[in-house]
Amino acid sequence: MAKQPIKKEDPSTTGHSWDGIQEFNNPLPRWWLWIFYACIVWGLWYSVAYPAWPGIKSATAGYLGFSTRAEVAADIATVEAQNAAINEKLASVELAAIATDPELEGYAKSAGSAVFKTWCAQCHQTNGAGAKGYPNLQDDDWLWGGSMEEIHLTLLHGIRSETDDDTRYSEMPAFGRDELLEEEEISQVVNYVMSLTPNVNPPQDASLVAAGAVVYEDNCASCHMEDGSGDRSQGAPNLADAIWLYGGDYASISETVHNSRYGVMPDWNERLSEAQIRAVATYVHQLGGGE
Amino acid sequence: MGNYIKLVVLALIALFALIATNYARDLAYMVNALTVALVAGGLFIWTLRKTGEPATTADLSGEYMDGVVRAGVIATSLWGVVGFLVGVTIAFQLAFPALNFEWAQGYANFGRLRPLHTSAVIFAFGGNALIATSFYVVQRTSAARLWGGNLAWFVFWGFQLVIVLAATGYLLGATQSKEYAEPEWYVDWWLTIVWVAYLAVFVGTLVKRKEPHIYVANWFYLSFIITVAMLHVVNNLSIPVSMFGSKSVQVFSGVQDAMTQWWYGHNAVGFFLTAGFLGMMYYFIPKQAERPVFSYKLSIIHFWALIFIYIWAGPHHLHYTALPDWASTLGMVFSIVLWMPSWGGMINGLMTLSGAWDKLRTDPIIRMMVISVGFYGMSTFEGPMMSIRAVNSLSHYTDWTIGHVHSGALGWNGMITFGALYFLVPKLWNREGLYSLRLVSWHFWLATIGIILYAASMWVTGIMEGLMWREVDANGFLVNSFADTVSAKFPMYVVRGLGGTLFLTGAIIMCYNLWMTVKRSPAVEATNQVVPAE
Repeated sequence: MAKQPIKKEDPSTTGHSWDGIQEFNNPLPRWWLWIFYACIVWGLWYSVAYPAWPGIKSATAGYLGFSTRAEVAADIATVEAQNAAINEKLASVELAAIATDPELEGYAKSAGSAVFKTWCAQCHQTNGAGAKGYPNLQDDDWLWGGSMEEIHLTLLHGIRSETDDDTRYSEMPAFGRDELLEEEEISQVVNYVMSLTPNVNPPQDASLVAAGAVVYEDNCASCHMEDGSGDRSQGAPNLADAIWLYGGDYASISETVHNSRYGVMPDWNERLSEAQIRAVATYVHQLGGGE
Repeated sequence: MGNYIKLVVLALIALFALIATNYARDLAYMVNALTVALVAGGLFIWTLRKTGEPATTADLSGEYMDGVVRAGVIATSLWGVVGFLVGVTIAFQLAFPALNFEWAQGYANFGRLRPLHTSAVIFAFGGNALIATSFYVVQRTSAARLWGGNLAWFVFWGFQLVIVLAATGYLLGATQSKEYAEPEWYVDWWLTIVWVAYLAVFVGTLVKRKEPHIYVANWFYLSFIITVAMLHVVNNLSIPVSMFGSKSVQVFSGVQDAMTQWWYGHNAVGFFLTAGFLGMMYYFIPKQAERPVFSYKLSIIHFWALIFIYIWAGPHHLHYTALPDWASTLGMVFSIVLWMPSWGGMINGLMTLSGAWDKLRTDPIIRMMVISVGFYGMSTFEGPMMSIRAVNSLSHYTDWTIGHVHSGALGWNGMITFGALYFLVPKLWNREGLYSLRLVSWHFWLATIGIILYAASMWVTGIMEGLMWREVDANGFLVNSFADTVSAKFPMYVVRGLGGTLFLTGAIIMCYNLWMTVKRSPAVEATNQVVPAE
């Protein structure tokens, strides 16, 4: 705006007055007008340069050849080309060999971390610490095994996944619901199971432990083993440690014995590539409990 | 005779509403139908008791119709506090998810309260403010009493019924899941009737005006009323699943539906929250400042530019979606060309004060109006900037959008409405002045600091989460999970909640101040006589 060395008098008004409100006859501010014009000129140019004006069947494509979809496709192609060689290597080497190649291992960890955060964190949490019913992947208490091979197999085919015939499968009987055990026997066996870890969750009623041992021997030991240490070949949890997937208090264990549990993990072999599965296996393996 | 027709109509409505209640397929519909039955039944009894009384036929054409404006002022204040309170509640629900209480699941969890908040502040608070001020302004600037007699009262109470039906519907689960257009089909129909009546009252008053020209504020109000009617009807085209249920199916689907929704959604901002409130600004700022409007020419150019360009800007809400690139480009181009037309209003508002800047020191109401125009200018710069595709790729889906909306809604719409209420109450209740200017000052500072806390925390957290979402490592892999970004936002969510609390506190102080003005301030002679045109 031009400098105004002397204070100007009020300009004239339009002559109308509404409820005492008048309007000055000031012109449009120059800077306002010129920016407005500039925006219009820029807008016209932009709509010629970029896809903009619709016709009957299609729209103008713009002389710059811009397309958001093409941009995304190009970005994805660039990253895929950049990682193609190492992905192929990751997908083809022996599983045990990944850890021996620092470059490959480093790549697998960062790729696996991204896969984990996208596909696994919903259940196992961002840091792999798990939640009730979803195993903690940071510890060394594995249901189905914690070696690279076992983790890889679990990822490929899932646990009790209906969409994969090769899935890992086992099912604990619902001893209460299906009336395989009497209520009295259930409270006995729950107390016995609690007595296996007296420092973590001592039995609620110690007098039932001895009777519970008999029930356990007859009904549970075939999968969970005599000493309660579990059996990874059928995903039977270790009952003699401090880690409880569904809770180790009396009510939770009783609920498990009554109705059983049926944790499901999807099979990933159709949704993720072999390289991605191996990457996330490597990532999970190094979270803390890998064997 | 008129009363007998009314009685028949009300009885029929009550009867049909009771039948609908009986056959209701869902709880929300049942409660809404029952509400309608009770309202119609109540009005039936009220009309019946009046029937036969000698009709009072005093000539009121020499007086402005201020009763409905007074009711609007009360409704605005009341709904404002309710809307802000729900906003603060959901802000803290986001910071502390435990506040989504188990016992309130399905009624008062975030998902149910969020549309209650947006509708309460935009339509209940903002809508009542617009209806009340437009009725006040159109009478004063046309030197004519509202057209249509009690039709204005129908508009007021009909609109309150829309609010009550919508709000109870949300809490009980009736929604068509379109942002800012959540009410289901029967509420949409009712709002259409009310809105047409509103248009009739407004245009009727303009037609019988005694001033030779239509004042600029009324152009803005009129464009707001007409465009909102069009937007509302098109975006709510839907077919009810059953006459006795709340659910309906949209006529459009897929990206066409999304585009219709954001054509509506953006112009709800453009015509409800911008054009309508500019109408408010064009009356109350010159009145309070006692200065002429800065430029008639600017007002006419920026008015036509604004309403012509705004209507095309909607597609910028759908960048990087299934929407074709050409539509997205046009949305962006129109948004940027809109920058100066939007700022025309800011310039006219601020420059109107030239020659009266000293009033900023002494008059907290003017201060409120000025900061409101300031926030208007800031938001209308930020908006076009965020519509640029490259900026949008960072800002979209983040809290930056929430911050942008609130700097506009709290700063611009909230503050100009508060200013208008402070102006109106002494005039409408014939008081000498406000009960306390000190309390206005308190309100001003609490609200301003609240808005700054709100907007700043949302900028920080929005840009942070945008950057975290796109962060990749050297191999091109994502670094953060979504949950990482959520937990990183926690401190900013608390700050936002505090900002909202300050804003709410200010509004409560305002209500107290207005109440005390009516109760305590010395009375003066009424000023609601129609003044002859000048």
